[in-house]
Amino acid sequence: MSSEIQKILTTDGIPLEESLRKAEKKNKLKAFLLVCPLLLFLIITYVFPIGDMLFRSVDDRMVTNMLPKTYKAMENWDGKDLPDENVFEAFYLDYKKLVEEKTFGKLATQLNYEKNGFKSILKKLKRKMKKFEEGDYKEQIMSVHKRWANVEYWRALKRRAPAYSYSKYLKGIDMYEDENGKIVQVPEDRRVHKILWVRTVEVAFFVTVLCFLMAYPIAHLLATLPMKYSNLLMICVLLPFWTSLLVRTASWMILLQQQGIVNDFFVWIGLVSDDNRPEMMYNKTGTYVAMTQILLPFMVLPLYSVMKTISPSLMRAGKSLGGTPFIAFWKIYFPLTIPGIGAGCLLVFILAIGYYITPALVGGASGTLISNQIAFHMKSTLDWSFASAMGLMLLAGVLAIYWVYNKLVGVDNIKLG
Amino acid sequence: MSKNSQFVRFDKVDKSYDGKVLVVKDLNLDISEGEFITMLGPSGSGKTTCLMMLAGFETPTNGEIYLDNNPISNIPPHKRGIGMVFQNYALFPHMTVYENLAFPLRVRKVSKGDIDKKVDKALSMVSLTGFENRMPGQLSGGQQQRVAVARALVFDPAVVLMDEPLGALDKNLRESMQYEIKHIHESIGVTVVYVTHDQGEALTMSNRIAVFNDGKVQQLSSPDKLYEEPVNSFVAEFIGENNRFAGQVTEITKDKCKVKLNEGSEILANPITVKSNGEKTIVSLRPERALINSKEKMENNFKGKIEEVIYHGDHTRVRLDLLGNKDFILKVPNSSANMEIKLGNQINVSWNSFDARALDPK
Repeated sequence: MSSEIQKILTTDGIPLEESLRKAEKKNKLKAFLLVCPLLLFLIITYVFPIGDMLFRSVDDRMVTNMLPKTYKAMENWDGKDLPDENVFEAFYLDYKKLVEEKTFGKLATQLNYEKNGFKSILKKLKRKMKKFEEGDYKEQIMSVHKRWANVEYWRALKRRAPAYSYSKYLKGIDMYEDENGKIVQVPEDRRVHKILWVRTVEVAFFVTVLCFLMAYPIAHLLATLPMKYSNLLMICVLLPFWTSLLVRTASWMILLQQQGIVNDFFVWIGLVSDDNRPEMMYNKTGTYVAMTQILLPFMVLPLYSVMKTISPSLMRAGKSLGGTPFIAFWKIYFPLTIPGIGAGCLLVFILAIGYYITPALVGGASGTLISNQIAFHMKSTLDWSFASAMGLMLLAGVLAIYWVYNKLVGVDNIKLG
Repeated sequence: MSKNSQFVRFDKVDKSYDGKVLVVKDLNLDISEGEFITMLGPSGSGKTTCLMMLAGFETPTNGEIYLDNNPISNIPPHKRGIGMVFQNYALFPHMTVYENLAFPLRVRKVSKGDIDKKVDKALSMVSLTGFENRMPGQLSGGQQQRVAVARALVFDPAVVLMDEPLGALDKNLRESMQYEIKHIHESIGVTVVYVTHDQGEALTMSNRIAVFNDGKVQQLSSPDKLYEEPVNSFVAEFIGENNRFAGQVTEITKDKCKVKLNEGSEILANPITVKSNGEKTIVSLRPERALINSKEKMENNFKGKIEEVIYHGDHTRVRLDLLGNKDFILKVPNSSANMEIKLGNQINVSWNSFDARALDPK
């Protein structure tokens, strides 16, 4: 036994493991240097921004830092009735400082996210504050506007006290933390995000299904046609790739609008009457049609690459063994294409769930998706932390789907080409 | 029950893919029940096309194929009940060995118990018992081949087609598989139509061999007849080795003819296709039928110079320059009597006229 445990030496007497490590070291270094640019690129463009997003989505220090004295004074406030004089005084001092530094606008915006109506009363307070006398700030502030005497506003102020909060995530699913710290849904008429989430998943799902239904025969044809025809067909499949996304989307707008070619055709063949043309653009239909067309190649290519490897003799074997063409397809050909179906569906679904430009252009009001909402908060309301939170929720959703998918199909069953 | 000698019948079958070239021309072929028939020929000779027509993957352009006296051109492949072993096995890679074998039974709605029995039997026939739960990818080439054979036989088809099934195996495995398939055929008596381009394989396994060339059956006969008595120069050349002399018939009787070779000498030969004086001919002689320094008196006796000696272990191949043919091959058995074969020596070579077959000149 002992001779087996004994270290094996090379001819020169160096332990074999060490020698191997030395010999491999150079290669390993070379390999690492080769992947280094990509690694850096990934860290700079991917890991860092996502980390920043994650931080932004929970970072609430701006308000905390603007009102240090207020929050210190609020520590002992139970939140039931209006706070004491010392809270009002602290708030007055904090706000006065902000007015002097001319940064009070930011506070107004932030607090307005929390509770509507904050902006106007803060502005009013700023105007009236100049004439404030020392002492009894509670009375003076409350007399500026009746909302200042409303405990709701002070509770809203207190909710912004923690430096980090998950309130943006709650907002993303139409929930909020109420006065008692319970997580509840927002009133029904203001639940906009839930609809968007559901619609996003729904659109992504049906686009994936539509893509699959169309891509499967195309890919099969591509894989079985003789070279000269399949090349031509392949160009047809890839042609959209070589055209700008905007051009493709715009061409759908031309085709599908109410006075568009498709509607003209329907009227011409008598399918619909001229004064009753269906709306196929600026709604969900438009989103479905345009996204399916744009994402189709992502389904065709993985399917094609898998189908190409399936020997035609397998189908023949199935038939010669007594299977009808359908059984041969269903029991033999189809199971062998599952890796391609998996790859294509995952690719299309993930692309669809975060799709932005096409729904923005052709979706109208009923066809926009969650990504459009994120963009709206990035560009219009400038509530970046909310946009970040929703972006991360989307990312988490995709990862969750990937996980479920892995459980069902198995990622090692996926073949991208 | 007498066996049907026309169990499979090709009746005037033509096949063309492009409407310009006939790949199979006027094929008439009867295969009797329980026979092992091999279609042998170079690639592109139409043998695989014939097999595909029989299996139903190609339709004859003209003519009809009968299976047990029923025309089958309009029957789709899955209803023909013909087992097939493919060149690359075509095992279903996503199914276990058991599922592969059960497939033809399941589509025939055989009960679970019967499926188990039949799969067991088929696997033991190819000595693969215990491999039920393996995936085809976990098997060696030879094992995959045996699964493919078992799968083609498991549903008791009347005919089994094999399309170059041993092409992908190495030499030793191929040989042992040849015997194995032959034994399976003998034990269950199924009709086998086998396609190959390997003449050794064809000679070893078949009851009869159909030699294909240029879309036509050149000769259909038993392996020994095919080898000993080729009916034309293509068959003579394609099957085994042969020495050829081109010449002209100068004298002809019923079973002998005199052929004047291009180089001037005259030899006696066995007229097969030649009918009259003055016809051009190619005389074909098997290497092992020519003897050196024979003590027997033979009709043809000539001197040749040894050009090359190749040692093959059990025999020695000797290349001679004989009667103007510089590629005259002799096979000399490895015995101590023949030790004096040396490069450059002149030796006596003799053969009987019966073994020298005067065939068509091509």
